[in-house]
Amino acid sequence: MRDDVLTGGFSDAPVQSARAFRAALDALARPGRIVTLSGGAAPAPLSTAAATLLLTLCDGETPLYLAPGHDAPQVRDWVAFHIGAPIVGPGEAMFALGRWAALGRLDHYPVGTPDYPDRSATLIVELDRLAADGARLTGPGIATEARLSLPETAAFEVNRTRFPLGLDFFFTAGTALAALPRTTRVEAG
Amino acid sequence: MSAYNFAYLDEQTKRMIRRALLKAIAIPGYQVPFASREMPMPYGWGTGGVQVTAACLTPEDRLKVIDQGADDTTNAISIRKFFETTAGVETTERTGEATVIQTRHRIPEAPLGDDQILVYQVPIPEPLRFLEPRETETRRMHALEEYGLMHVKLYEDIARHGAIATSYAYPVKVEGRYVMDPSPIPKFDNPKLESAAIQLFGAGREQRIYAIPPHTRVVSLDFEDHPFVASKADHACDLCGAEQSYLDEVIVDDAGGRMFVCSDTDFCATRQAEGHRGRFSPEAAE
Ligand SMILES: [Zn+2]
Repeated sequence: MRDDVLTGGFSDAPVQSARAFRAALDALARPGRIVTLSGGAAPAPLSTAAATLLLTLCDGETPLYLAPGHDAPQVRDWVAFHIGAPIVGPGEAMFALGRWAALGRLDHYPVGTPDYPDRSATLIVELDRLAADGARLTGPGIATEARLSLPETAAFEVNRTRFPLGLDFFFTAGTALAALPRTTRVEAG
Repeated sequence: MSAYNFAYLDEQTKRMIRRALLKAIAIPGYQVPFASREMPMPYGWGTGGVQVTAACLTPEDRLKVIDQGADDTTNAISIRKFFETTAGVETTERTGEATVIQTRHRIPEAPLGDDQILVYQVPIPEPLRFLEPRETETRRMHALEEYGLMHVKLYEDIARHGAIATSYAYPVKVEGRYVMDPSPIPKFDNPKLESAAIQLFGAGREQRIYAIPPHTRVVSLDFEDHPFVASKADHACDLCGAEQSYLDEVIVDDAGGRMFVCSDTDFCATRQAEGHRGRFSPEAAE
């Protein structure tokens, strides 16, 4: 087992996960807001923010899909050692992690049911950069409008039209994190 | 090492609650089921709110707890002490200084900011419960947006009383989709549900979490010919003179003398400190 598999967990899980959750809550409640997430470190190619988010939200009860590029032996070992989430295909995933293109078609992920729209996947999308520019965001959590450097707009707009069903997204780049709940209206910038 | 975890709950429980909170934010007004834990306090003391607060607190937070607007009730003091001990957070009675506010039955009068979280203690999360006791059926009604019966019930009020009699827990529609119980706040508080703060609702006994994100449309159900009115007692506060705050009626002597005072004790104290006076203010009474 590689050294970086055994390291990179939280040194003070209760406090670090509390701070990370608050940042993630803030990001999801205010789409477009970019927050800093750190404390976790996973083998490449995982960003610090993605590793920290996994440590904060995932455990043995959260089936996880690793998209091609992120599905590497050292990543699987790290997840098994620190998180214990079962690795599954996209159709069973509660969380999915990967780069935008690698995550593939969004209709492969659970979007919830009419009775339980919360039983839907959360996608963690790794980007090269995350900035308050690009696509125009409006909707709950946004006073007027926000901008976010999304990888595209059409897929998110399709996702929104399925409300209350749908997927929710976190975007990560380095230690930066932003989010897009299914309620956000996304228009090309 | 202390005998309990940070903010009392174990990490796995907090992760489960945190996942539910995120889905609640993503689906405004929808009730997310969660596995409520036993807390070292009775259900009537807001165990749902306490669990939500526990899942949200960081050591840097400053917590305020109010019970019907007051910081000094037994319930509010106990919850504040609980988190001072288990999470080591600072507490405050000042609305403007708090980063997390747990509340039972009121929304503070002062507008909340975008760096604040308001956590509500909820006894009955299901607004359709009095129409339909079965959980499978109410869930179905929400899924199909079958809210006609709800409007019929409100309209029966109008037919019987000439106005909608519901004055607490007045139902709202969130972002044009889910009908939601705002917890037993007076309907006077309903307009404050549209806020810059994050609003989280926890029902412990019924194991439900729901949320209103900041800047989300919240409409009190009403009718064109009987629009919603956020009414209050037609008085000014007898201590601070406020005319736009929610008032409690207080018996002041054996002869049945009464006065009206702000139910939001911090709001009233702040106004008095600023020099505002009411009919029964100490100086005015001399
Ligand atoms: Zn007053």
